[in-house]
Amino acid sequence: MTTIRHHITDDLLMGYAAGILPRAFDLVVATHVSLSDEARARLSSYEAIGGAVLDDAGEADLDSNSLEKTLARIQGMPMREPSHNRGRGIFPGPLYSMAGGDPDDIKWRSLGMGTKQCILHSDKDASARLLYIPAGQAMPQHSHRGTEMTLVLQGAYRDESDRFARGDIEIADQDMKHTPVAEAGQDCICLIATDAPLKFSGLLPRIAQPFLGI
Amino acid sequence: MSMMLVNDHAIKTTGVLADVHLAKSGLLREAKRGQAVTAHDQKEAQWVARVAAIARDQDQKAFAELFRHFAPRVKAFLIKSGADQSLAEECMQDVMATLWRKSHLYDPSRASVATWVFTIARNRKIDLLRKYARPEPEDLPWGPEAAPDQADAIALQQDSTRLAEAIRTLPEKQRNLIERAYFGDLTHSEIAAETGLPLGTIKSRIRLALDRLRHAMT
Repeated sequence: MTTIRHHITDDLLMGYAAGILPRAFDLVVATHVSLSDEARARLSSYEAIGGAVLDDAGEADLDSNSLEKTLARIQGMPMREPSHNRGRGIFPGPLYSMAGGDPDDIKWRSLGMGTKQCILHSDKDASARLLYIPAGQAMPQHSHRGTEMTLVLQGAYRDESDRFARGDIEIADQDMKHTPVAEAGQDCICLIATDAPLKFSGLLPRIAQPFLGI
Repeated sequence: MSMMLVNDHAIKTTGVLADVHLAKSGLLREAKRGQAVTAHDQKEAQWVARVAAIARDQDQKAFAELFRHFAPRVKAFLIKSGADQSLAEECMQDVMATLWRKSHLYDPSRASVATWVFTIARNRKIDLLRKYARPEPEDLPWGPEAAPDQADAIALQQDSTRLAEAIRTLPEKQRNLIERAYFGDLTHSEIAAETGLPLGTIKSRIRLALDRLRHAMT
């Protein structure tokens, strides 16, 4: 496991445990947890609350022959079903599934200056994308409404607040303006989820924004 | 008192295989020896043994016992989450069938059976209501070579009991908020993770179990 210095916040872990996050956030949480046993343990503690809630949820009446019908479903089911959730390369399992492959399979779209992105999912609640920043290159400065989660998959970046490397997650709220710069040495790949469209601070990116779909 | 609970009716009817495994696993024996063993802890140990019996022997009697306890609760949970009767029944049967199929993946040093059933139910609920497979963290597979430590498993089950107790004794308003969050009535921006619940102990315990698992895998 990588040494992770920046961890996910409790509200997002509880939201994931309760199953009420938008799909784009679910993707980032599941990917981060795949990289961090600390986050996995914290998530499990929030799931334990869910276990207690379920145990105290009361008892609903079952259909007649409910057990028999369930046993019939089980007949012929394979036991010890192998896990389909393994990652490859720098993409942990959940990201690999959502992206439909590893970084070489990604259909990147250029944002200029060697920076590229690929939108993995977008709905009315939130969007998730992969961002590729060449080593030493800055990402366009932007601010945003709502919450933005950035998870580093390869390389590292610095912004006004700190340094972020593989497995690290940065949660930015709407008041934060930041200019991430990829460290020299290795191109940086991040998974980013936002629950509202980004607002780029420069004029050109702002014009480009509707076309980029972010 | 503990002897009485160990020999209660439920466990006698669980099926010979589950009982043998229970004795072998030492879970119940350990539980009896422990100081702060409650009736609930022993119940937990029985659920753990039954899941193990399904994984190892495809024990249908053990499954029936789990079904009797969990199926009505899973269905109630789904109805409180907004599913109608028929969808809840359908989804519940699917959840219980998944419990059967994934029994070998259950790790008692990381979750109580109730918690594990909750995660299966939550995932199926999302799959059905939102019509997509929710992104899940990578599984951590473990085989016989990395079987969970018995003492870890017992301690985790006891932590789970204490957590459930803490939730039951919360002020009504706060408990209601937690339940609403887990039934899916709140949005993520309405969640305040400051639940005031003693999660530190259970978190540290699971972290320890994960460390042991990683060590065994390498």
